[in-house]
Amino acid sequence: MKLRTGLMVAVAAAALAVSAPAQAKTFKFAFQGDLSSLDPHSLNESFLLGTLGNIYEGLVLYDEQMNVIPGLAESWRITDNKDKPAGTEWEFKLRKGVKFHEGQDFTADDVIFTWQRAGSKGSDQKTRAGKISNITKVDDYTILVDTPAPNPILVRDLNFLYIMDKEWSEANGSTNATSATGDDKGNYANLNANGTGPFKVKSNQADVKTVMVRNDGYWKDIPSNVSQIDFTPIKEAATRVAALVSGELDLVYPVPVQDWQRLEESKGVNALAGPEARTIFFGMDQSRDELLYSNIKGKNPFKDIKVRQAMAHALNLDAIKQKVMRNAATPAGLMVAPQINGFNEALNLPYAYDPEKAKALLAEAGYPDGFEVTIDCPNNRYVNDEKICQAAASMWAKIGVKVDVLAQPKSKYFGKVLETGGYDTSFYLLGWTPGTMDSENVLSSLIACQNKETKTGLFNLGNYCNAKVTELAAAVGSETNQDKRNAMISEAFDILKKEYGYMPIHQQPLSWGVSDRVKVNQRADNILDYRYVVVK
Amino acid sequence: MISFIFKRLLQSVVVMLTVALIAFAMFRFVGDPVNNMVGQDTTDTERAALAESLGLNDPFIVQFGRFAFNAMRGDFGISYKYRRPVSELILERLSATLELSFVSAVLALGLGVPLGVYTALKSRGIISKGIMVLSLMGVSLPTFLIGILLILLFGVVLRWLPTFGRGDVVDIYGWWTTGFLTVSGLKSLILPSITLAIFQLTLIMRLVRAEMLEVLRTDFVKFARARGLPDRAVHFKHALKNTLVPVITITGLQLGALIAFAIITESVFQWPGMGLLFIQAVADVDIPIMAAYLVLIAFFFVVINMVVDILYYAVDPRLRADAAV
Repeated sequence: MKLRTGLMVAVAAAALAVSAPAQAKTFKFAFQGDLSSLDPHSLNESFLLGTLGNIYEGLVLYDEQMNVIPGLAESWRITDNKDKPAGTEWEFKLRKGVKFHEGQDFTADDVIFTWQRAGSKGSDQKTRAGKISNITKVDDYTILVDTPAPNPILVRDLNFLYIMDKEWSEANGSTNATSATGDDKGNYANLNANGTGPFKVKSNQADVKTVMVRNDGYWKDIPSNVSQIDFTPIKEAATRVAALVSGELDLVYPVPVQDWQRLEESKGVNALAGPEARTIFFGMDQSRDELLYSNIKGKNPFKDIKVRQAMAHALNLDAIKQKVMRNAATPAGLMVAPQINGFNEALNLPYAYDPEKAKALLAEAGYPDGFEVTIDCPNNRYVNDEKICQAAASMWAKIGVKVDVLAQPKSKYFGKVLETGGYDTSFYLLGWTPGTMDSENVLSSLIACQNKETKTGLFNLGNYCNAKVTELAAAVGSETNQDKRNAMISEAFDILKKEYGYMPIHQQPLSWGVSDRVKVNQRADNILDYRYVVVK
Repeated sequence: MISFIFKRLLQSVVVMLTVALIAFAMFRFVGDPVNNMVGQDTTDTERAALAESLGLNDPFIVQFGRFAFNAMRGDFGISYKYRRPVSELILERLSATLELSFVSAVLALGLGVPLGVYTALKSRGIISKGIMVLSLMGVSLPTFLIGILLILLFGVVLRWLPTFGRGDVVDIYGWWTTGFLTVSGLKSLILPSITLAIFQLTLIMRLVRAEMLEVLRTDFVKFARARGLPDRAVHFKHALKNTLVPVITITGLQLGALIAFAIITESVFQWPGMGLLFIQAVADVDIPIMAAYLVLIAFFFVVINMVVDILYYAVDPRLRADAAV
């Protein structure tokens, strides 16, 4: 009893300590896009998931450096249940005493319900839900999770799988995810939210303004002293920057690279430009017998490793970094960024810039006068995407390869080059951040051979295909020994590199404009976690 | 008169149908909406199922028929992105655009006509010449640039006015929101409405001036003067009245243009109106919103044109005479 009283005093003191600095501090920020839905299973997109991650929570959370820390689950472990294949059963201990914003208790039922909802028709989180084959409730705060195969990085997938309350969803007819189908008007959860996170939605007018207020009953101590967050989407970059410089906003992102200097020169604001975990690269069609967009008929020059080598050695990544990216990019030799598990410094040395060698290789391959090919390039997806293509095209022109740049808005571009467009490309620029922050995602999506049945290599648009690499990618997916796993990742990347399967360009910079009045944590996946926002 | 209106109505229907067809046909070529609705990890089968359920696989004529029939009932479908009825989204945004256009129209007319008269009457004065030079800038500078310059001067350097948004708004009747009733709302209106009005203002001013100069040279003005009428009566009763016929036509069209051109101003100032909704929809390939917007703007133009035609009929006795023959 005494202990309990003592605890209550401590809790009350802590509550006071937390609420004292919260003198209605409002944090205002703008992003280029808007929050299209409040349904955490409706769209698998960084900004939506990042924002909703402050309202809803997964079983695990990311800390400032994107390490996994306990969230709604206090602990987890792989069980040694002999009845199940090794490594396929996990036990999660759930956090007790957590309440949803509207007062409901968080229990095992909510986790099971969420998993089912995320797998429902119309959900865009099916991939994440699919990493789990079954959940058994042991008691209200213990669950057993089965995976279809051993999956050492399961918990990383659970970070973005936000837990919803079962009762609330049932009471409001929102047991299925808001789907994108034409006749679906979107359900209650599309416009309302009830999570366990540190902030609650106060009002949300799509594409105009979203106001979030602090959840005073949040279960965890967080650095933030903010009591209200005002989010406004501002589409025009110039308006966004002006609103920051004029002092109306505390943070805006993204900021165009050419505005950095202006921010540095303006009083009270700064550019925050950490490296993003996204790798930008060129890919080549290595499977068709004849390129779709080239003057070479009857054969595919990219099938010849000498041509791929020539293309890679003709690229001056430092020049792209300096001239196009204003020194803010990190040239890459690997398909993953340093923040990603499986990154190997030794392999990250870019292909050396050597135009003479490139020319010689091209002549050896039988193209002394070069050839023509068209490159597909988005013009509003990545930082300076079109300019990178143009700069690279001028470098390839020096070794005699005439590259036509077909730059299009992302909706047209993705419609053409992705699986839905029949991989209609010969040569392309693409960027990729593995959502799990693990190389396995890159290996299975971008590097393994295209295979519709195993659903691997679906984003390997040029179908670089090496049986050994594909095998390694599959093995990495189920290997639970971290050292062995990393050795396999490195082996796969090494083969890829020696075969010139892709041409990595760089990791692009994140680009935020921040007022001196606030302190924020810039996460490598470009997500703003309000838990770390401090207003001075 | 009735047959005249009837003819106009019939023409309007044809115009609306054509716009609907063009709008609908055009949207088939702006990219794949499915790609914008799903994330990078969504599989091909899921994408195909989505395309099927959106009716994207039906023949063109079926899709258009469905669209036209529903549009007539004010039903433009569900926004792909927001998953809410498009009519609801547009209604939410309508007040912002109409208020902005209204203030701009008042500015353009209220300043444009008097300035036009003034520069015509004092065509050799220094002030008139100054105004004419400034108006040339107004006509030739793009709206986008004017907006950015105003933001830089009044928002960033002087910090007098907000750089974006509508400020605080008040709900009236549940669906109409107004910025007229709050200080921040009124302050927020200033820069965007000036930006939007400048082109129309200078256009109206130059038009009134040119017409005025012409009318002032005509015989009946000379006769009016000969009759010994005071200058004021000559200028405003006789001359200005006669310049108004073309001014009404242009103004009517410009009013439509104000609503339609608000797109640029709205995106510069992040003004939460229909134009912004439309531009966002283009980026996201949200076909239902784009279709609804284009049809709605066409509808505005058609209605305004009809009103102008009828006004014409009322203002200009010659039209009535023609019809009688």
